[in-house]
Amino acid sequence: MTVTQRLTMAHFRTPIFNDWCPGCGDFGILSSIQMALAELQIEPHRVAVFSGIGCSSKTPHYINAYGIHTVHGRPLPFALAAKLANPDLTVLAVGGDGDGLGIGAGHFVNTGRRNIDITYILFDNGVYGLTKGQASPTLRRGLKTKALPRPNINDAVNPIALAIVSGYTFVARGYAYDTRHLKELIKQGILHRGTSFIQVLQPCPTYNDLFTKEWYAGEDRIDPQTNKPMPRIYKLEETGYDGEVKNPSEEEEIAKITEAIKKSYDWGDRIPIGVFYKNPHVPTYDQRIATIAPQYLQSAPAWQPVRSKSLRPVADVSSLFDELRVKP
Amino acid sequence: MHEPKKKFVFSWMIGGAQGSGVDSSANLFAYSIASAGYYVFGKREYYSNIKGEHSYFNVVASDSQVRSTVDNVHLLASFDAETVFRHAWEVEEGGGIVFDATLENERLRNIPTIEERVKEDIAQRLKNDSLGETLGDVLESARRRGVRLYPIPYMDLIKKTGEILGEKQLTLLMRMVNTMAVAASFAIIGADINRLHRGLSYAFRAKRAVVDMNFTACKVVYDYFKSNFPDDFPIRVPNRQLSEDLILVNGTTIVGIAKIVAGCRVQTYYPITPAADESVYLEDKQVFSLNATSDGDEYEYPHLAENKELSDKGHILVFQSEDELAAIDMAIGASLAGVRAATSTSGPGFSLMVEGLGWAGMNEVPVVITIYQRGGPSTGLPTRHEQGDLLFTVFAGHGEIPRIVMASGDMLEAFYDTIKAFNYAEKFQVPVVHLLDKSLANSTHTIPVPALDDVLLDRGLLINEHLDGKTYKRFQFTETGISPRVPLGTRGGIFWNTGDEHDELGHISEDPIIRTKMMDKRMSKLQVIRESIPPNEKVAIYGDSDAKDWIVSWGSTKGPILDALEMLEEEGYSSIGFMQFKILYPFPSELALETLQGARRIIDVEQNYSGQMGKLMAMEAGLRPTNLVVKYNGRPFTSTEVRDGLKEVLSRNIKRIVMNRGG
Ligand SMILES: Cc1ncc(C[n+]2csc(CCOP(=O)(O)OP(=O)(O)O)c2C)c(N)n1
Ligand code: SF4
Ligand SMILES: [Mg+2]
Repeated sequence: MTVTQRLTMAHFRTPIFNDWCPGCGDFGILSSIQMALAELQIEPHRVAVFSGIGCSSKTPHYINAYGIHTVHGRPLPFALAAKLANPDLTVLAVGGDGDGLGIGAGHFVNTGRRNIDITYILFDNGVYGLTKGQASPTLRRGLKTKALPRPNINDAVNPIALAIVSGYTFVARGYAYDTRHLKELIKQGILHRGTSFIQVLQPCPTYNDLFTKEWYAGEDRIDPQTNKPMPRIYKLEETGYDGEVKNPSEEEEIAKITEAIKKSYDWGDRIPIGVFYKNPHVPTYDQRIATIAPQYLQSAPAWQPVRSKSLRPVADVSSLFDELRVKP
Repeated sequence: MHEPKKKFVFSWMIGGAQGSGVDSSANLFAYSIASAGYYVFGKREYYSNIKGEHSYFNVVASDSQVRSTVDNVHLLASFDAETVFRHAWEVEEGGGIVFDATLENERLRNIPTIEERVKEDIAQRLKNDSLGETLGDVLESARRRGVRLYPIPYMDLIKKTGEILGEKQLTLLMRMVNTMAVAASFAIIGADINRLHRGLSYAFRAKRAVVDMNFTACKVVYDYFKSNFPDDFPIRVPNRQLSEDLILVNGTTIVGIAKIVAGCRVQTYYPITPAADESVYLEDKQVFSLNATSDGDEYEYPHLAENKELSDKGHILVFQSEDELAAIDMAIGASLAGVRAATSTSGPGFSLMVEGLGWAGMNEVPVVITIYQRGGPSTGLPTRHEQGDLLFTVFAGHGEIPRIVMASGDMLEAFYDTIKAFNYAEKFQVPVVHLLDKSLANSTHTIPVPALDDVLLDRGLLINEHLDGKTYKRFQFTETGISPRVPLGTRGGIFWNTGDEHDELGHISEDPIIRTKMMDKRMSKLQVIRESIPPNEKVAIYGDSDAKDWIVSWGSTKGPILDALEMLEEEGYSSIGFMQFKILYPFPSELALETLQGARRIIDVEQNYSGQMGKLMAMEAGLRPTNLVVKYNGRPFTSTEVRDGLKEVLSRNIKRIVMNRGG
C-alpha cells in the first residue's frame, strides 16, 4: 500500500474515552503530537509511542499508532530497543516528570549517552498527577502546591540542563497550550537524527495551583501601559537565540552547551521555550554499531531471517564449534 | 568372573593468585588432555576479586564421559605457596605435588590471603604431625602420606627459556610460569608434549608468537623432568583415540552459541558474575555466517524486510544497559518489534527484573531470561555456586502471570534448552526463565558437538505479513488463550499494550467481566503449556526405573548425581532411580506422581538450604521428599560427596544431611 490519502490529525485519533481532568495540559500535548505526525505524513503503523505510568502516560491509548504503555519510569528502555530492533519505526517516548526524572532518572541520563534516533516528550507538571499531587522532581524548593501538607524541601532538577549534560543532541522546551509551537518542536525532534528531548510545561489544573495556565499567561502581572497581562513565556527564536552547533568543533559545542545551560536557568518572569541546544554532528547509535558491524544497517534485528521455510535455523555456527573442537 | 573395567579417572588441580593465569593454564591442561583422547570436566573456583586472592581449577580426565569433579586430587600443580598450603591435603597417597623449589621456607602465618579459620585448620593438621608451619612442613606431611614431591626451580628454567628465545625481559618470561606447571604435570603423567601445543593454541586463541614462546618453555620443563625425576608416577595418561567428535566448552559459551542458533538477535545485559561472560562472548561473535539455503528450502524473511537488500551475514545486537530494569525492558521492547530477544543475568539482576517480568506476562510478550544462579541472598557469594533462586523465579512478581521456569543439567542440555526456551516463549507468548548456575557457567566440559539436525524454530502465532483491511485484536480471546501476534510496524496490525488490565485491543479496562476473562486467558496458558510440552522435555529418568529409592533434583546437580550413581553401582548398591526435573514450572506433577508415588524414599538433592524443589513438588504434586541432601557453602557438589551423602541416607535414613566440602 502506498499513501494514497493525505493523513490528517483524525487518522491519529482513537475512539477511546479520554479520562484526563478537564483543562489538563496533557490535551494540548496530545494534539500537538497528532498534528506533528499528520504533518510529517508518517503512516500510523510506522509509529510506536511508548509511555511509563502516570496521567501523561495514558497518551498512547489516545493515539492511533502502536501504543506501548509500560512500567513506571521505563518508557525509554522499551522504546530504545524497539528502535534498534527496527530502525524503520518512528519511535516516541512520553511520560511524566516523576516518571522520567524520579523513578526513571537512571534511564534518562543513560539515554543521552547513546544518541538513538527517538524523540522523548516529558510532560512537566511539577507534580505526581495520578497519585494525587505529591511533589515531582521538577518542583522547586519552598513551594507548596495544593496537595502538599508542607512546602517542598527538595531542590528541583533542571531537565534542560540535565538533558544537555547527559548528551541529548536535540533539547527543547514547549508549552502545552501553545500547540502550534509545540507541534513544530515535535516535528523537529522527530526529524532530528539522534535522541531528541522535549520538556513540555504542562499545567495540571487539579494539583498544581502555582504554575497554572493563568500564571504562565502572566494574568497576575498587568502591564500598566497596555492594561494587558504580560505573558511569562517567550520564544527563544524570537530573541535571536540559536542553540544549534553549526560546525563539529569542540569549542563551538562547548560554547553552545554553556549558553544553553545558562538559558535553562531562566525562570520566573521570563520563561524561554524553543530549541535550547541542537547538535546534528554526533554520530547516532546505529552509525556507532556499524563501525563494528556494518551488517547492522542492512540487516537490523527485526529484518533478519532466523529460520528457513522448513523451520530450520539459518545461523551457521560451525566456525564457533570449530574453535572449541577437540583435535587430536 | 568378569570384572567390569574400572573407569579411569585422573584428578588434576592447579592453583594460584587471581590474575596470574590460573584460568588459561587450566584451559591449556584441559584441552591438551582432551586432545590426548580423554573426556574432561573442569571446575573453576575463584573469589570476587581481580588480583591476589586464591583461585584454583580442578580438572578430571577420564576414558569415558565424566560430568563432575571428585574430592581427591592425584596431582597438584602450583607455582605459589598458598596453593600448596591450601590443597596439599587433598592429594591422595601415591599422588604428587609440583611446587616452586624456592618456596619451602614460606611461613603459613605470612600469607595474607588465607583466612584465619583456614590457617588454624592447617596449623592444627601440622601440629598433629608434630611439624612446624612452613611450606616445607606441609610438604613433609604430604611425603609421609606417600605423596611424591616435584620441586621445580622455576626461575632457573625461566632463565634458560629466555636464553633459548633470546628474550631478556624477565617480567614477560615470568608470565609463563603457569604454563610450566602444566608442562611439569604432563611430564609426570607421561603425556604427549605435542598435545600441549594444541592446548596452547586453544588457551591463547591462536596468538602464534605467544604459543611458540610457551611451547619452548614447555620443552625446557619436559627435559628438566626427564633428567631429574624418576618416571614412576602411578597414573599414566598416554594418547588414546576418541571415538566422538567433541568440543571443550563452558556454560556461558555454549548458551551463547545456542542463542545465535535459536535466532536471538537482541541480547541485553548489565554486567554481573557469572552471567556477563555469555554476553561478552556474544558481542565478540556478533557477526556470523548464514547457512547456504538447500534445495527447496528458502529463508523465511520477515515481512518487515520487504524491499530490503539484506546482508549475507547474520548479526546479533548485544546491548549493555544501565541496569537490569532496562535490560529486561529492552529485551521486551525488541521482542515487541518481532525479534527473538533475551537477557542474561544472575540473582541480584533478576531481583530488579521482576517488574519487567510481570509486564511481559501481562502483555504476553515472549522473552527469555537466562539466569546463572550464584550464592545468595543479596550480594551473597558472587563467584560461588548455588541453586537458590528456584522458588524466587517461580513466584517472582506481584499478582499472577503465566511463565515457564526451566533448568538445564549440563552443557549439552543447556544448548538445546536455550533453543527450546525461545520456542516456548513464542509458542505460548510467555516469559521463560532459563535457570543455569555458576557451576555450569564456569566449568569446562568435553561434550559431543551438538547436532542440529532436529532443531526447529517454532515461532508460534507470529504473523509474518501485513494485515490490510482486517481488524486486528492483539488480545483476542481464543480457545487456547494464545492470540495471533504481530510485530510493531505491521500495516493493519496496530495494537496497544499496557500493564493495566486491558481489553482485546489492549486498552485499559477495569470491567470485572473482562478482567476475569483476561485473567482466565492468560492463566489458562499454564494448562496449555502442561499439555503441549512432551514428557521427555519436562523430566529425565536415569537408573533403575522400578527403583524403590528415588533421587529427585534439578539443574547442574545432574552431573555429580550421575557420577555418584555409577560409583554406587560399582559398590553394589542397586535399585536407585534418579528423576531430573527440567521444567520446574508449571511443575510436571503428573510425571512426578507417575514415577514417585510408590517410592520408599524420595531423596531430594539440591544446592540450597531448604530443598526448594522438594517444596515445590509438595505444593504442586502433593509429594514430599523423605530425605534431603543439601549443600549451600558455595561450592558445587563433587560426585564423591553426593555418593557419600546418599550412602548416609540409604544406610541410616537421615532426614536432612548438609554437605560442606570444597575449598
Ligand atoms: C513502581 C511504581 N511505584 C509507584 C507507582 C504509583 N504511581 C503511579 S503514577 C505515579 C506518578 C506519576 O507522576 P508523573 O510521572 O509526574 O506523571 P503525571 O501523573 O504527573 O502525568 C506514581 C508514583 C507505580 N505505578 N509504580
Ligand atoms: S491530575 Fe493533573 S495531570 Fe492528571 S489528568 Fe488531572 S489535570 Fe491532568
Ligand atoms: Mg507529573
